[in-house]
Amino acid sequence: MISKRDVASVPPESKRNEEPSELLRELVAHLRQNRTQLREEWVVRISETRLLTAMTKEEIFAEATSVYDSYVEALETEAFEALQAYARNLSERIIPRGVETHEVVGIVLLLRDVLARSLFAKYQNDFKKLNRILDAYEPAANRIANTVAVGFVQERERVIRQQQEAIRELSTPVLQVRERLLILPIIGVIDPQRARQLTEQLLRGIRTNRAKVVVIDITGVAAMDVTVANHLVQTVEASRLLGATVIVTGLSPEIAQTLVTIGVDLGKMNTVGDLQGGIEQAERLLGYKVATLAEQS
Amino acid sequence: MEVPILKQGAFLIATFQAALSDADLNQLRMGLVQQVVKFRSRAVIVDVTAMDVMDSFASRTLREIAHMIRLRGAETVIVGIQPEVAFAMVQLGLTLEGVATALDLEEGLAYLNEKFKVTN
Repeated sequence: MISKRDVASVPPESKRNEEPSELLRELVAHLRQNRTQLREEWVVRISETRLLTAMTKEEIFAEATSVYDSYVEALETEAFEALQAYARNLSERIIPRGVETHEVVGIVLLLRDVLARSLFAKYQNDFKKLNRILDAYEPAANRIANTVAVGFVQERERVIRQQQEAIRELSTPVLQVRERLLILPIIGVIDPQRARQLTEQLLRGIRTNRAKVVVIDITGVAAMDVTVANHLVQTVEASRLLGATVIVTGLSPEIAQTLVTIGVDLGKMNTVGDLQGGIEQAERLLGYKVATLAEQS
Repeated sequence: MEVPILKQGAFLIATFQAALSDADLNQLRMGLVQQVVKFRSRAVIVDVTAMDVMDSFASRTLREIAHMIRLRGAETVIVGIQPEVAFAMVQLGLTLEGVATALDLEEGLAYLNEKFKVTN
């Protein structure tokens, strides 16, 4: 009460020196008081703008409640760790359901707008006070929006990295099918990094298995760009330097076109239509003769 | 350091050591080209297992050795190129075209024995 009288007694100019934290406290109190109504309004705005369509109404409401509370708490304490952790946790749950970055950023900005509107309504008669309240509110709100967006994007990047690693681990094995005969079945998209890894694996495999013939099957590769096609040719040549013959099988028409466009010397590259033909030719090169039991006797 | 040239039956074997100077390479080239006729050798095996780096001069010299020896009526097999070296060479465009290669000395000898059907 004493403080109230103090405030009342100071001239209006010195009110400017009012602590921003005090303003924030007032702001937080306002947001707490009108929690139910503001939250409701926010949820309505979310469904109006068709955000978070992957989630049910109940889910949106539950998440909105916890986001609202963490939001107000972050405004109050100016400690963003808890909010950051919550954002990460939320992202972890909603990313697998296909929620996009623009949706997450969108809902946080909506909340910011809803709250700002309520401030306008509350202080519409005291423009100076409104200005000061907004001075305190806006930086904190922007920082919150930033924190949530960054948390979401980081989580997405983490998921992407994880998936890339998983794919890399599934990457192509070098298999020995007969003494001195390796096959390297390549499936999926080859980017330059994977191409490099394939080459390393293959050259090392040639050495450890003492291979004389290698069949590279690229039936599962729909297309490759010029860089990767060049890399393939280089791999064939490097294998030859290790004393191994390479047979490439299963070239798609598109890849054949690419190889012709970059002007591959076909004398250097041994190609056969399909994997079976490739293995048969490799067996001939190695001096194997495959015969049925009836043919043998 | 001079590269020793060993006579093994109908073949000559030269083993590269690491860090050969350009002068050593030139000397090796002349030595091989002279001795291949002197010993009436049918083939030369150049073993580069010890080389973990191959610069452009070394691989050009290898190719020159192979082509000169062909002109002298024998064949060359390069053996023991390391996987990393192989890929580096290819990227530099040094593919040793027209020169036989094998995984190691044993493979190289097996290849030549098969080709010339000699047993010693």
